Amino acid sequence: MATDTPTDTDFGQVSRTKDVAFRLLALAATLVGIVSLAALLANVAVDAVGWLNWGFITSPPHPDPYEAGFLPALVGSIAIMLLIALITFPVGVGAAVYLEEYANDGLLTRFIQLNIANLAGVPSVVYGLLGLGLFVGLLGFGYGTVLAAAFTVALLILPIVIISAQEAIRAVPDSQRQASYGMGATKWQTIRNVVLPRAMPGIMTGTILALGRAIGETAPLIMIAAPTTVFGIPNSFESKVSAMPLQIYTWASYPETEFQYGVVAAGVVTLLIVLLTINSIAIVIRNRYQQRT
Amino acid sequence: MSQPDFSHDGIRTARGKAFRYLFMLCALLSILTTVAIILTLLVDAVDFFAEISLVEFLTGTRWSPTNEPVAFGVLPLISGTLVITVGSALVALPIGLLTAIYLSEYASERRRAYLKPALEVLAGVPTVVYGYFALVYVTPALDTFLPLSTFNALSASIMVGIMIIPMVSSISEDAMSAVPDSLRQASYGLGATKFTVSTSVVVPAAVSGIFSSFILALSRAIGETMIVAIAAGQTPRLVDVTDPAGLFLNSIQTMTAAMVQIGTGDIVGQGEAYKSLFAVGLTLFVITFAMNLVSELVASRYREEYR
Repeated sequence: MATDTPTDTDFGQVSRTKDVAFRLLALAATLVGIVSLAALLANVAVDAVGWLNWGFITSPPHPDPYEAGFLPALVGSIAIMLLIALITFPVGVGAAVYLEEYANDGLLTRFIQLNIANLAGVPSVVYGLLGLGLFVGLLGFGYGTVLAAAFTVALLILPIVIISAQEAIRAVPDSQRQASYGMGATKWQTIRNVVLPRAMPGIMTGTILALGRAIGETAPLIMIAAPTTVFGIPNSFESKVSAMPLQIYTWASYPETEFQYGVVAAGVVTLLIVLLTINSIAIVIRNRYQQRT
Repeated sequence: MSQPDFSHDGIRTARGKAFRYLFMLCALLSILTTVAIILTLLVDAVDFFAEISLVEFLTGTRWSPTNEPVAFGVLPLISGTLVITVGSALVALPIGLLTAIYLSEYASERRRAYLKPALEVLAGVPTVVYGYFALVYVTPALDTFLPLSTFNALSASIMVGIMIIPMVSSISEDAMSAVPDSLRQASYGLGATKFTVSTSVVVPAAVSGIFSSFILALSRAIGETMIVAIAAGQTPRLVDVTDPAGLFLNSIQTMTAAMVQIGTGDIVGQGEAYKSLFAVGLTLFVITFAMNLVSELVASRYREEYR
């Protein structure tokens, strides 16, 4: 360090080598995580070859790795996700509209805002305990049902939905609101006819990305005692439900190599493909919107 | 922002009010969630502490919720959590900080445009997938030159570390980007290299933001559940700090992994083990909540520094 401080004596002793070395070190640090993940993904993709097939997607789980399938977990995950979307979308948008359009900059608003930021940082396993105590215990939704799972994970992603919806609403130019008021519209009419339509693509993108997060959650489902293996497809809100990450967790503890490097790899790849699809939908919505404006 | 209200239609005003309260209710739901979390944890934790004293819980050195003789000392779990936190911090803090410096000071606009989303992917991969990677790829790879147990803190720490890199890098980068360019120009004017400008001007100027990102990332590591439950094992032991190698090479149990172990067991009922879930959960919640709050306060300070 001393040589780099421009003092009277060593002014001009500037190390180019150190500068270049640091640049390369910083670049290497930027890439190390990305490259590691790429290597791991390549590994799991290779391992899944031969295991990820139509039979795997359409069969129930089985103790024999060659018979084991993913269908109940796949359908369970999607059912939970759709219900989560129905719960979080209206509530998340409502909260965001209040915070951006109605609330003044008072103490209560700042408190709500700080609270939302904090909720986004609460460990998912703690949300699982909330689900266990509130939805399973107090409200009697039943251990590991579609309803209990959806409400628990919905609360978990609600802060993310609110924050992204707020950003989308904030991005609507104020001139549009003023124009609406100028036409004699009320606040609610302005929100319904001007703000929400303009903010909707952004809100949708944020919500869908949050749903992607929801579909990967495991710990909350374990805490509400979702069964680790389910053989049938859920047919009601009160059905016991498994989900893809939960099934992966269960299989990963099986000692057989066929499970560890075959069936689980196929499950992981399926989960990642679903996740990729969800995120792509979100990105397509965002790009379409960006092209129009 | 008050708007002139030209509508004298009573029904429309009433409907506007109704929507205002409906939206407010949605926002208040977030506070209700926090209250519900605290109450849920407290109710059963209080029950638990009626049977196991708080002192015994906080100072006990043995954790054995289901096997006789049962013991509910949380210290082994806290020490296990600390091992993972320190291990992942050793991975994520330097790498995340260097990444932030690269993105903010060195990378071209074009390169940033694809590096930043690529980094965000690291935080988007489900943790159960990371846990599986740690167990079946990282541990066998490291096992070729290290005496590793099948379940060990090392590969779990590395995976948690990789997962939280984007948390450190994105918040730190925001803080560095907020440093005014005049400070950099002044330093260049004195003949400083980019290295000196980055490390002696930008990093110190952005230190509160960097600090905030560190705390948030550590808090995420403490609360991380599936990676440690799958890859770090289920061996609650009070770690021996005089043997740093043994800390990471062997199996441990974190607070979160202990909760998963109890949660997957068939003890769903009203026993002590069930209630201990909420006591551990409360401990975890208090620790992470305090850290998030500190991070938020530090971050709100830096946001105002250069206005």
